[in-house]
Amino acid sequence: MATVTAKPLVRRSPNQGAARRAVGRNLTAYGFLCGALICFAFFSWYPMIREIVLSFQQTNFVDPPQWVGLENFRTVFADPAFRSAWLNTAAFSGLALVVGYVIPFVLAVVLNELRHAKAYLRFVVYLPVMLPPAVGVLLFKWFYDPGAGLFNQVLDVFHIPPLAWLDSTSTALISLVIVSTWMNLGTGTLIYLAALQSIPGDLYESAELDGAGLFRRVWHVTVPQTKLILLVMLLLQIVATMQVFIEPYLLTGGGPENATVTVAYLMYQYAFNFGDFGGGGALGLMLMVVLLVFSAFYLRVSRDNEGGR
Amino acid sequence: MRTTSHRRALGLLLVAGLGLTAASCGSGDDEPAAQGTGGADQKVTITVGCQPPKSNPKERAGWDEDVAEFQKAHPNITIQSKDAFPCINPDTFQAKLAGGTQEDVFYVYYTDVQKIIKAKQAADISEYVGSVKALNDVRADVKGVFNDGDKTYGVPRNNYNMGLVYNRKLFTQAGLNPDAPPKTWAEVQEAAKKIAGLGAGYTGFGEYSAGNTGGWHFAASLYARGGSMVSEDGKSAAFNSAEGKAVLENLKQMRWNDNSMGSKQLLQWEDLMRMMGSGKLGMMIGAPDVVQSVNNDFQGKFEDYGVTAVPESEGKASLSGGDGYMFNPKASPEKIKAGLAWLEFHELTPGKGQFNYERAKAQGRPVGLPIPDLYGDTAPGKEITALRKQFATVPVDHFTPYVTAQASITNKLEPPKAQELYAVLDVAMSAVLTRKDADIDKLLSDAEGKANKILAKNT
Repeated sequence: MATVTAKPLVRRSPNQGAARRAVGRNLTAYGFLCGALICFAFFSWYPMIREIVLSFQQTNFVDPPQWVGLENFRTVFADPAFRSAWLNTAAFSGLALVVGYVIPFVLAVVLNELRHAKAYLRFVVYLPVMLPPAVGVLLFKWFYDPGAGLFNQVLDVFHIPPLAWLDSTSTALISLVIVSTWMNLGTGTLIYLAALQSIPGDLYESAELDGAGLFRRVWHVTVPQTKLILLVMLLLQIVATMQVFIEPYLLTGGGPENATVTVAYLMYQYAFNFGDFGGGGALGLMLMVVLLVFSAFYLRVSRDNEGGR
Repeated sequence: MRTTSHRRALGLLLVAGLGLTAASCGSGDDEPAAQGTGGADQKVTITVGCQPPKSNPKERAGWDEDVAEFQKAHPNITIQSKDAFPCINPDTFQAKLAGGTQEDVFYVYYTDVQKIIKAKQAADISEYVGSVKALNDVRADVKGVFNDGDKTYGVPRNNYNMGLVYNRKLFTQAGLNPDAPPKTWAEVQEAAKKIAGLGAGYTGFGEYSAGNTGGWHFAASLYARGGSMVSEDGKSAAFNSAEGKAVLENLKQMRWNDNSMGSKQLLQWEDLMRMMGSGKLGMMIGAPDVVQSVNNDFQGKFEDYGVTAVPESEGKASLSGGDGYMFNPKASPEKIKAGLAWLEFHELTPGKGQFNYERAKAQGRPVGLPIPDLYGDTAPGKEITALRKQFATVPVDHFTPYVTAQASITNKLEPPKAQELYAVLDVAMSAVLTRKDADIDKLLSDAEGKANKILAKNT
């Protein structure tokens, strides 16, 4: 007689089954999430943590690193270029806000108002973003040439005396701001343009019916409606401009007379020219702390917006 | 349903792929540096830097030929050549070391040698260097570049000192005699004025002032005037002197009074090379290797250039320059021995490797520059000079003033903490060249204060 063994009946709770189904449904999403997490972990978080550790160490990348406490910070504090680097970085960010923050917004408003050649002009405005940064910067090196450079030739047409541009302590930093603004305004303009296009047209119609001119329409409709994006862009721009490196590296080498040495450039000098990764790490950590403050503001603004407040 | 499973598979594939990529990224660091450790008879493979790039097919072919010849004579040694142009970018040195991609036998400029030794980033080869017989004849000051106390850390490949590079064609155009280049700074000033007077875009004398190159050339001019960058014990700055002041005053005079240095400043290494290659620059401080670079990479022609000693440097000193090879600190003794055998063959043997002038001539490559000067007046030195003369393809008399002056000029090495000091002196150089009212005394005094802090930390 055959023995029949009854299989134990396993009953899943409805909640368990739903959870498994949910996981199954979202497996692709988790896959993509893991991909992003791995990328961030390797290319952002790991270098960040490594840099923090390095700022408290002295290493030659051969022997085990030595912990040196705050010695690297003392070294960079004592460096005469340290103060110049922070002042120049702050000045660059300030000037970049004055020049680079307003122009993309104005351009976006103008592009939004245009009736013809919209696509072409958008392409033209975005074109510099498509150039590799080094190419854009080196292009300006020729424009700024005090002799045959384009800018001085243009000034000459208007009988304005030539400027030394990069070769003068008074104009070098603003010259870098101009390059940076030119290279990045395309992205800013497109973001503003997208924000402008989401403003309901009837608001402008109402304003027009109330007799508002162009300036008042911009001030009373456009600006309040894009307030959030303006604020977010402001914070992002501060964070980006405080890390300015490629412009002084390629155009001025930090000169003349340290007038364009920035924190990121000094950090590079410490690490790669002087072989002092500890000093470079210390500077990087200081910059990171400052940028964290702005990033915290950014996160707060974003969260407030998501919460509908 | 099928779409969902495909998506799921795609997601898993993506994750697996990224995981593998990430794993492969990190795996290089853990590879053992030594492959052929053990007895001398064991096979050993070494990586060697500075193989000429593919864009330079003639030199590359010569290198590969040499590797084949060497491996035939040393069947246990395999050379894995690593190409690069330029041979080293000092900015990536640390990254290569940290990433475990530094060659076993790596190329290095004189400027960086002491920094690397102090940081213990090169192997001590004192124990093995005795096997390189050719080194017995190499000039003591050249060998000394790679020494720290009684320890040796490398082998020289190229050696020269600074001179004055000038464009003979422009000299002729400006009514100057290219066979009688300037011997004093007053003559340089006069020549520069005449060349700048040829028209818009012509620069009489070019000078660096950014990216640490300004400080480097300040040191070259200072040495040539008899000055020093640091005190004898290396503990304090010594450039705030009459000689240092004279260097800056001379530049100020040419830049602002004579208007012979062009309006574009903050020049870095490549800028002057490009200007020299374009045929619009009259003179610059530089060694004969400048002519080589201008000819090879900046469309200049050998026959248009000449080199003489830095004005007024005879009986004084000249800043040494050059390059050589050091060894990865993780290289095994077998690798070091194999590397030294290769270097002796390729860099130090008359008629072989870099001194194979017969082959260079047959390939149509330039022969005849008075560099490298590794051996001075010893037997191998004379042999190399004779070979160079025999197979010369460039007008050697264009370098005669430089060669003749060498007898009375002492080679002087770069100061300690060279890059940091150069960065400090960039400020003074850029100030003088970009600001008419630059206060030289104050600039030098400020630079001295900063340099003393750097040197105090060092010592």
